[in-house]
Amino acid sequence: MAETQAPPPSSRLTYDYVTRTIARTLGNPTRGYFLLLGAAVALLAIGIITLLFLIRYGLGLAGYSHPVYWAVFITCFVFWVGIAHSGTLISAILFLFRSGWRTAVYRTAEAMTVFAVMTAGLFPLIHIGRQWYFYWLIPYPNERGLWPNFKSPLIWDEFAIGTYFTVSTVFLIMGLIPDIAAVRDLATGWRKKLYAITSLGWTGANEQWRHYTRGYLYLAALATPLVLSVHSVVSWDFAMAIVPGWHATLFAPYFVAGAIYSGCGMVITLLTPIRKLFQLEEVITVHHFENLAKLCLLTGSIVSFSYVTENFVAWFSGNPAERAAFWYRAFGPYWWASWTMNICNGLLPWLLWSKKVRTNITALFVISIFVNIGMWFERYVIIVVSLAGEPYTTWTNAVYNPTWADWGIMAGSFGWFFMWFLLFVKNFPAVAISEVKEVLAPPRRQKARAGVQHT
Amino acid sequence: MTTHLRLPLPKPLQDIIHPPPTPGVLGVFSYLDTTVDAIKKLRAAGHTDFTVYSPVPRHEIEDALGQAVSPVRMFTLIGGIAGCAIGAWLTLWMSYDWPIVLGGKPVGSVPPYVVIMFEMTILFGALSTILGILFNSAFAARRLGTIQYDERFTNDRFGIFVPAASDKASPVEKLLRDAGAEEVRRG
Repeated sequence: MAETQAPPPSSRLTYDYVTRTIARTLGNPTRGYFLLLGAAVALLAIGIITLLFLIRYGLGLAGYSHPVYWAVFITCFVFWVGIAHSGTLISAILFLFRSGWRTAVYRTAEAMTVFAVMTAGLFPLIHIGRQWYFYWLIPYPNERGLWPNFKSPLIWDEFAIGTYFTVSTVFLIMGLIPDIAAVRDLATGWRKKLYAITSLGWTGANEQWRHYTRGYLYLAALATPLVLSVHSVVSWDFAMAIVPGWHATLFAPYFVAGAIYSGCGMVITLLTPIRKLFQLEEVITVHHFENLAKLCLLTGSIVSFSYVTENFVAWFSGNPAERAAFWYRAFGPYWWASWTMNICNGLLPWLLWSKKVRTNITALFVISIFVNIGMWFERYVIIVVSLAGEPYTTWTNAVYNPTWADWGIMAGSFGWFFMWFLLFVKNFPAVAISEVKEVLAPPRRQKARAGVQHT
Repeated sequence: MTTHLRLPLPKPLQDIIHPPPTPGVLGVFSYLDTTVDAIKKLRAAGHTDFTVYSPVPRHEIEDALGQAVSPVRMFTLIGGIAGCAIGAWLTLWMSYDWPIVLGGKPVGSVPPYVVIMFEMTILFGALSTILGILFNSAFAARRLGTIQYDERFTNDRFGIFVPAASDKASPVEKLLRDAGAEEVRRG
């Protein structure tokens, strides 16, 4: 297979080649693309129908049973917010670290961020049951003179997610502008008009680059603390409560690491088919996958360490409720969820120590799917199992079980996410044209001492 | 040769987005080093208001042009400070507007409000950075007027546009050609 061999000779990687290779991804969609899009829309339809049922008959259709009133919807919310995080890590944090390899993968990751936050944002709205009252979350002057409780982590979360969605969207659009301009200059017909409007008159003039590069740097500098804050705030939704299994100061770093771990998994899941479908093997190389795998290994190790710490602290605290909660988690009726989480997130990343695995794209793709499954179960374990577990079992005898309504909404969320993602990759450059060129050696008449040959 | 879509706009916007055409000379370059050379020669010859096109931002071009640091940073700073202040005002004023004691804590307790202030700092900082980029680029475009452009500049060519009246254009043409321009156009 091509991907296990050395990267192809870089002589073909000229500015022109990069522009045309990436612009080619915007060509006429194939049958395979329409099949994927159709599948996504079908999943979304399932979600919409389920939502209509939920609106008509109420949240009783979902599996909620006392005291488990935060369940699959909140699990999915945290899952999707987590997926979003690696996009900003790759686009902003690695930008500040001047990691050249990010350029080939960051656009996909950044688009994934925006669509994942869009997906995540739906879940609190579905979860509140009466979606038409969602505006009560917003601080607006109302006839009762009431304001939101700013001491509540749920309001922090609303501000964090709202800011994250806005900032990651403008960050994505900013990065797109020079690339849309590059595509505009190759396009014909209605596409030329679309790109002429969306590129905002970009020409690559020095005055534009001067403000753009500075502005991009500051956006990255603002997005970096933002991404770390968002999942910390999400974790405080739980950690600020006194539920055993939630009430831990470890939660913020633990959630951020988990988010980036799951997000890198999702980036690998998305990039593998895109690279194949669009024949981007020369732009997105095995080297990029290996680096993503290393990020997975790093964050996965932090997650594993957090699991150990969490269990150790539960035992070491001597708090009987905390001890019982963690015993219930590992050996209670939900043992299968906990052990799925432990195996997928705690043990699986150890495979990535091997360079053979890190450079085998098929293996990485399979691992990345298990990473996603594992991280979904992590949230399920934290949310559902903590609520269902000790000390609450004394007052309840029903075990929580998700129903078709939970799964329907969850399927719909995957459809919603993949629909936007597929529409994006076909209509806008899915790889950053100008930034990929930035890491190539520029064309020089006098050959640089160590440069990339150009034709 | 410009490819911009011409949308009819109301008067002040029209002037900013599509300023009137500027006469001058456009040189197209294949190489970065020849472009940088030409910039140096132009500056030595006393030209200051020329425009350099490049498909990627390059420090070589920036250094040769000797540009001042973009004022976008002031937009970021002011936006961020304003956002932080708005976050503080929002949380504290709203708490005291309907004072309710929660969890035995002071009505206006700053530590939890730091989260809101932080998020508002980022939100306003980012949005005003975007406005800063848009405003500064629009002002620059207004100052330069509608200048010649070539579709290859977003792909793999560098370009220099020097504004010059038609009677003063030939020395500029010669300079660009000597510096290594593969193509020189007058417009």
